[in-house]
Amino acid sequence: MEAIETAPEFAAAEKGSSLGKDAWFRLKKNRLAMICLWVFVAITVLCVGGLPAEKLGLIADPNAINLEDRSVGPSAEYWMGTDHIGRDIFSRILAGGRISLMVGFLATLVSMTIGVVYGSVAGFFGGRLDSVMMRIVDILYALPFMIFVIILTTFFGNKLWLLFIAIGAVEWLTMARIVRGQVMSLKKMEFVEAARSLGLGNWKLIFRHLIPNTLGPVIIYTTLTVPAVMLLESVLSFLGLGVMPPDSSWGTLIKEGADRMLTTPWLLIFPALFFSATLFCLNFLGDGLRDALDPKTSKD
Amino acid sequence: MLKFIVSRFFQGLLALFCVLTLTFFLSRFAPGSPYTDEKQIPLHIREQMKEQMGLGDSIVVQWAKSMVDAATGFQGPSWGNSGFSVREVIGQAFPVSISVGLSGLFIALGIGVPAGVLAAAKRNTKIDYSLMSIALLGICLPTFVIGPIFAAIFGFQLQWFSAVGWNQPTDFLLPSLVLGLYYGAYIARLTRSGMLDTLSADFIRTARAKGLPEWRVMIIHALRGGLLPVVNYLGPAFSALITGSFVVESIFGLPGLGTHFINAAKNRDYNLIQGTVCVFAILILTLNFVADLLQAVLNPRLRNVSETAD
Repeated sequence: MEAIETAPEFAAAEKGSSLGKDAWFRLKKNRLAMICLWVFVAITVLCVGGLPAEKLGLIADPNAINLEDRSVGPSAEYWMGTDHIGRDIFSRILAGGRISLMVGFLATLVSMTIGVVYGSVAGFFGGRLDSVMMRIVDILYALPFMIFVIILTTFFGNKLWLLFIAIGAVEWLTMARIVRGQVMSLKKMEFVEAARSLGLGNWKLIFRHLIPNTLGPVIIYTTLTVPAVMLLESVLSFLGLGVMPPDSSWGTLIKEGADRMLTTPWLLIFPALFFSATLFCLNFLGDGLRDALDPKTSKD
Repeated sequence: MLKFIVSRFFQGLLALFCVLTLTFFLSRFAPGSPYTDEKQIPLHIREQMKEQMGLGDSIVVQWAKSMVDAATGFQGPSWGNSGFSVREVIGQAFPVSISVGLSGLFIALGIGVPAGVLAAAKRNTKIDYSLMSIALLGICLPTFVIGPIFAAIFGFQLQWFSAVGWNQPTDFLLPSLVLGLYYGAYIARLTRSGMLDTLSADFIRTARAKGLPEWRVMIIHALRGGLLPVVNYLGPAFSALITGSFVVESIFGLPGLGTHFINAAKNRDYNLIQGTVCVFAILILTLNFVADLLQAVLNPRLRNVSETAD
């Protein structure tokens, strides 16, 4: 029984790696997508590396107030200037980036999990269950979801984990639709029949064989969800409903900058630059991945 | 067709009911209450306030009252704006939000569709590349980045528009421009890819073979199919516009629905929360319905399916 159960997995792994290699090869040929990948990696490493750098004293503490150097423009000492109470903007951007990226990835993980499970169950069982589940998705699509996110975050306080859940609960709908479509076409294939004839239960079939085969579209859409989620988080933080002091995200930094835009423009420009560059890179990387993983649907 | 409209209407009512009920229970089970204040309110006054606001009743009675209030047009008082009913508050805020939102939408379509068509027509030329680069830049500069920059440049430096407030009729121009540009960039990209898909179809080749001028091929034949992705995007775009209007209202200090909604949520002004959420939900449901109708008009295949289904 053991041997029989591992055999299809082994085959799937082999096929997966060759697909991955193919995709990586195609992605490498897409110069713009590769530049975006490296810029994004650089920004992430910079933000994450900011934490040990703070501890070692290489860059200033993002929350250290220094009333002698208030509103100083970009200089050799303060690369991106300081704000109205003398906090170093560069280290604040790195600290904010950690929060923004963390929210982006964790909330995407939440939405991906809900969407993949929901979509594969609907697609696999089909029939009445499927039509009810998809009808629910249709109705949810039409609901003013942002409003519920705002209600949740204002009522239950600004807890970071709540932000992940609230945003994740909003963004899973499209993922569910994509996965459902994939599963519906996959379930008619021979390998599913083979697995079933070996006596595999429905749930094992879904989680072991169907979901791993939807990986391509899921990866593409996940890459595109991360910037959407980061945008949502920044909007909330900008409205004063998301990340709260002493924590800061790129959204709160942009808000602080926007309030003092006329006297100290660097407070807005540098956080906006980091934020926009990250959005740009993730969007382009998503497009590049679509072309690499699924050459048939590439746009032109 | 009539059957479709009627069934959508009842579906919309059901969705509205669910939204309001969900909002009601979310707000009642959340910690905090309208009389939570920094100042300690004496107990007997708090009881009096509770009585006056009808918060002493059981939760089911409160829920029923709130549903009746919604059905009769929100005549209950707004606790955060003393002396005003929810209806009056919404009546003042609605024109502000709707004029900014709708003109934002028209600006987005007015910039996005022509830019996308032009880029598709001049595919892989300098015009295409520069238009699409601008569109990409626009997508990566969200409303809350562009907004303060525009307010600073056009409002404070050049003084073309007033950067804050809602005092004269032209005050909606700058906010709706900021709102429209972001979505315009997105629509430009959608239009271009939709047009490119359509332009490779056989009926376009036929039209060209007949010797039709290029602009006729583009505008009369290709645009109809090319606009489909844009129409598909309209539904989500309306929700996004409402989110965007929260941001724009906050940047430009406009007394719109978004501002009232956020304040109501912060102050636990339950009546006003219900009222604003109801208006947002009606807007989204109506506009989604319009988008579905447009889709049926533009896509003959879809229309036939719905007719045979009826």
